[in-house]
Formats: sequence, structure tokens, C-alpha cells
Amino acid sequence: MKFIKYILIFIICTLLFCSCNNSDGSDTPASSGKTVSLNVYNWGEYISDEDDEEYGLFDVNAGFEAYYKEKYGVEVKVNYSTYATNEDMYAKLTNSAVSYDIVIPSDYMIQKMIANDMLLPLDFSKLTNYSNISDSFKNMYYDPENLYSVPYTYGMVGIIYNSEFVKPDDVKGESWELLWNEKYAGKILQFNNPRDAFATAMYKEGLNINSSDPSDWDKALAELKAQKPILQGYVNDEIFNKMKSASAWISAYFAGDYLTMAADNTDLRFYYPTEGTNYFVDAMCIPKTSKNYDIALEYINYMIGVEAATANALYIGYASPNQAVLDSDYYKEMLDYNYSIYDDEDNCLVDAWDILYGKTKDEANISYPYNPAYEDYYKDESIDIQTHVTSLWESLKTENSTELWVHITSAAIVISVLGFAIRSTYIRKKRSKFYRDRDREIRKQKQAQK
Amino acid sequence: MSSIAAAPHIFWAILFIVLPLLIVIVYAFTDPEGAFTLENVTSLKDYVSIFGLSIELSVIATFICLLVGYPLAYIIARSKPQHQKIFIMLLMLPMWTNLLIRTYSLMALLDDGGFINTVLGTSFHIVGTKGAVIFGMVYDFLPYMVLPIYTCVSKIDKHMWEVASDLGCNTVTTLTKVILPLSLSGIISGVTMVFVPSISTFYISQKLGGGTFELIGDTIERQFVTGAYNVGAAISLVMMILILISLGIMNYFTEENEGGIVP
Repeated sequence: MKFIKYILIFIICTLLFCSCNNSDGSDTPASSGKTVSLNVYNWGEYISDEDDEEYGLFDVNAGFEAYYKEKYGVEVKVNYSTYATNEDMYAKLTNSAVSYDIVIPSDYMIQKMIANDMLLPLDFSKLTNYSNISDSFKNMYYDPENLYSVPYTYGMVGIIYNSEFVKPDDVKGESWELLWNEKYAGKILQFNNPRDAFATAMYKEGLNINSSDPSDWDKALAELKAQKPILQGYVNDEIFNKMKSASAWISAYFAGDYLTMAADNTDLRFYYPTEGTNYFVDAMCIPKTSKNYDIALEYINYMIGVEAATANALYIGYASPNQAVLDSDYYKEMLDYNYSIYDDEDNCLVDAWDILYGKTKDEANISYPYNPAYEDYYKDESIDIQTHVTSLWESLKTENSTELWVHITSAAIVISVLGFAIRSTYIRKKRSKFYRDRDREIRKQKQAQK
Repeated sequence: MSSIAAAPHIFWAILFIVLPLLIVIVYAFTDPEGAFTLENVTSLKDYVSIFGLSIELSVIATFICLLVGYPLAYIIARSKPQHQKIFIMLLMLPMWTNLLIRTYSLMALLDDGGFINTVLGTSFHIVGTKGAVIFGMVYDFLPYMVLPIYTCVSKIDKHMWEVASDLGCNTVTTLTKVILPLSLSGIISGVTMVFVPSISTFYISQKLGGGTFELIGDTIERQFVTGAYNVGAAISLVMMILILISLGIMNYFTEENEGGIVP
């Protein structure tokens, strides 16, 4: 019987491994008449995925499937999945057996992936729409030879505040200090990831956000520790609900996301801190593990085409590096319609274009409220600094302050429950001893009677 | 034949229970290069306060669950059979929704500018405090306390109440001297089923606690997200041992009378 059991286990194991291999093999591209799947891995809420004419949106993945079928007669199915941070994406890409054909990481992560030889060079001759991309987004520092990436969106971090509760005097300086203002204790939110959280403190202190000097990071940590008691929380996506519902009044976040929030709560206002702020570019890349290089290339080309790029820019609300989009009047109108805020007398309170591009709509050339220095990009840190920052972040997050009542209540519960248990065990032992003795007594008496 | 029938289960247990556990142990005692080290385990002293807080909060939550859950289970078990079905159904109803969604909606309800504060015009502040985390644990895990106790109480012979009163028990002593000891096994499994998920939760503390303090589940999650698998594994291992110890203590005091009333 045992023998049969082992054989069974062996058979199941073999089957399992075989099926694994098969599923790997089935992804190979493209004999005609067969559906090919293209695995796209992107940030959450980062692509136009609904048909909505009023707001100028359409499902671009479905659009690509139709486009590809028409052009090459091959059915493509876009498998779209999402991640929340660059680091999640990196971990998934290095650890998992799934192969992705398109990923859209941020600048410093692209630099890291290029350094680790994880990306395929793109064949720019096939990217016929590449001329749409604005020249200021070519040969970026993370991809100096312009081989591996095509920009998707870009933007900057700024401070969002609720004008109903935050006094005008406190935002006059347009400074990072607002995140440390004790007047608003309990209403301030901070990023829940080390890179962005440290950057807020480093800008405030005038430190280099890519510093290679550990003591700079230590200084930033001291600031973050000082800030912790007045924070409502370290948050990721909850920020949207908390700011919209006015549960929190102040937070640092991305300009594009501010527009999305302000569409639901028109009291929200935004500024770029004068001390400087983080500037990022997210770009499309093809990882080494891709099995459908040609289709992936076609996908990138489709995404930088005017139609898809406009829909994406309108849906995401981030700034677009696509000159063809920026030049179109349709985009300007729709951006204004979707995101700008007007009061009852039709005065413009928040101009979406102004927030994203820092110029009024009439001046079309891209530039920010001030010229972004390359210093304002995150760069890939040395391993030593990475470890150092991780351990600092660790010490910030694990520093718990516990109120006394928690200690007292839990101690009281444990002591009373233990006391009760010990007492009842004692009583039970005593009782069973009593009965045992009595039984013995009775037995003795019976024997005596016999 | 029974061994053939058991084979898939054994295979399952090996592949998904024993093997992962071994991997956790291996990771806990190696460094990223794979060499043996005790550093992960000794570094755990940094997390003592987090372990402490997790234990404290889940003890309080479990106790509240017991206080609320026992009377509830008792009332349900003593009501008419057709009503019992409705009560149990109502109890299970929230569990049809995913735990993450329930917790997230709880945050939206209780937040400073959340639904309750807006509708009632109040301005209480609970999200971001330890109270909110305890509330979340109680809300999410209460059914796990009620169901085993309910099963246990409803299995008790209906005549037991008559017998107890015939032998001189009033309502209170019937409950404390007869029914409570008889339903002890239900209480034990209820306490286990609430305590274990509470101590290892990370989502509840992240959403309702605001992230300004951490429970051990958050720490483990963060270790794995940042790629520090070895430290994460070591913490998980220690937590498993802690849970085993607390279950062991619980069993020590209850083992002997699981059979029923002590003579």
C-alpha cells in the first residue's frame, strides 16, 4: 500500500511539473490564427480603460487589440495587471516565473534595471510614432543613449491642502514646512514609502535627495521622527479618500493625482514647494523575459500615437511628454473640461494646464514653474545607501508609542484570566482528590465488610 | 485502501504546509547568500515592542470578542430553531464580503471626515488610534468567536438546564457552574480562532491604525516587500512559536476538563 502511495505522489508531481512546462511553452508567439497574449504590467489606475466620450476616453487596450488585428490579422489579448510601487514591480520581475512584455517603471528604477541588464533595447526604427515624443524627454539621464525606454508620463510632487481649513497665512511661503506645522496635528499625511517620505524631509532641510552621505539621511530621519507625532498616518492610495472627505487636510502627492482629487472636492488647492521638489518620468520598457518582442514594440508605438496618448493623458491626469498631444487643441479643451475648477461666476480657481505644465494654455511650450534640475530626479542609490535608508525607515516605522491604557487593560485581562484558570484548576484538583479519597475509603470499607 | 485515499491529502500537506514551513526555517537561519547565520534571530530584539503591542492589542480584541460573542452565541443557541437559522445567517452575512473590503469601508465610515461624522455632524477621532485597530479586529473576527461557541452550546442536552435547576441551581449558577464549563471547548476554539488572525493581521492596522504604529504583521509584510526575506522569515518563525506557546498555556489549563462537568 505504501508503495502505491509513493507512486501516486510521484505521478502527481510529474504531472504538475509537466503542466508548468506546458504553460510556459504556450506563450510562444504567433503562428497565425492563434490568440497571442501580451502581458502588460503597469501602475494601478494608470491607463485609459473605459469608453467615455464625454471625457474623451476610450479603452486603449481594446483599441490596441483591434488595431493589431486589423494591421496584421493576428488576435492579441492584452493581459493587463498592476503594481503599487516600483519596488513591487522589481521584486515580481526578478522572482516570479511570469514573463511580462511591457513594464512602465519610473526613472531611477529604469536606471537600476538597465544596470542589472533586465531590459531589451528597443528597435526605434519600428517606432514610427516616436517623433511625437518631445525632445526634452530624449536621452534622459536614466537612459543616456536612449536605447531602452519610451516616456509615458511625467510629473512632480507638490503639496495638496484643503483651503477650507488651512489658513492662507500658513501656505503663503509655499514651503515643505506645512507638513511639519503643528497647528494641523492629526490632519497631515505622509508617504508610506521610504524614497518619497525621505525626500520631503530632505527638501525641507535643503539636502540633496540623492545624497551619498549617510549623515544626510540621518538628518532627514530626525525630521521624520519629529513629524511622526503630528501625522494622521503614513498612507498610499488611501490618500485619495482621506483628502476628498477632508479627513486629512494636508499631504504631499503627485500633481496629476491632485487634479483627480480636486474633481471631487473643489476646496483642495495645490502648490509646488519653493525649496524644490521631486520630478519623475515613467517610461515604457520591454523586459528581457518578454516573449513577444515585436508585438510589445507595436504596443509601445500604439501608446505614443496621438489617439491613445491623448486618452491616457486625459484619464490619468498626469503631464504628457507627447508633443503631438500637447499641440492638439482638443487635449487642451478636454483637460480644462475634465480637471479645471471654476467658481459660480465662471472664474477659474484651478487651471489644470497651469498645474501640469506651469504655463497658461496659450503658451504651448513645456516648462515647469521653474526649471527642473536633474538633481530633482531620484537616482539609483548605491547598495550601501539603500541598505542604510532601509534600516532608517525601519527604525522610523517600528518606533511605537503605546498609550498606558493598552498596557493596563491587556495586563489586567491576562492576569485575571490566568488567575481564574489557576483557581479553577486548583479547585478541580482539590475536588477530584476529595472524590478519589472518598472512593478509596468506600472501597476499603467494602473490602473490610467482605 | 485508506492509505490511497489519503495520498492526495498527504501530498497536499507536504507541498503546501510542511515544505513552506521548512523554507521559512531555512530562510530564518541563513543570510541572503545562503550561509548559516543567527543574525536574523538576534536582530529580533529591535522588534520586541512591536511583538508586545501586537500581543496586547490582540489580547484585548479577543477578550472583547469573548464578552460580546458568548452571550450572543448563547442567545442564538437557546432561541427557536427557525430563528437560529436567521441569526446565524445575519452573523455570516458580513463574511460574504472580503475582509479587505470590510476593513477599507470601516475606515471610510469612521474616518474624521467619514460617513458617520458627516451624517451625525460629530467630530470624533478614532481612525489612527489603537482603539480603531481593536474595533476592527473585533468587527472582523467576531463570527469566528460566536460560531464555535454556538455549536458547542446548541449541542448541550436540553435537559441539562432542568437537571441543574432540580439540583438547586438558580439561573446564574446554572450558567456559571454547568453551561460555561460544558461550553469551554467552544470558548477555547473561539479564542484561538480570534487570537491567531488578530496577532498576525497587517491590513487592519495599516488602514485603521494609519501606519503610525506597526503590528508584527506589518513588519513581516514590509520585510518581504523590501526583499529582506531572511529577517521576515525569522520574525514569522518567532511569531509561530509565540502562538504555539500561548496555545500551549491555554491547553494546559483546559485539557483535563474537556470531557464535561467535573464530578
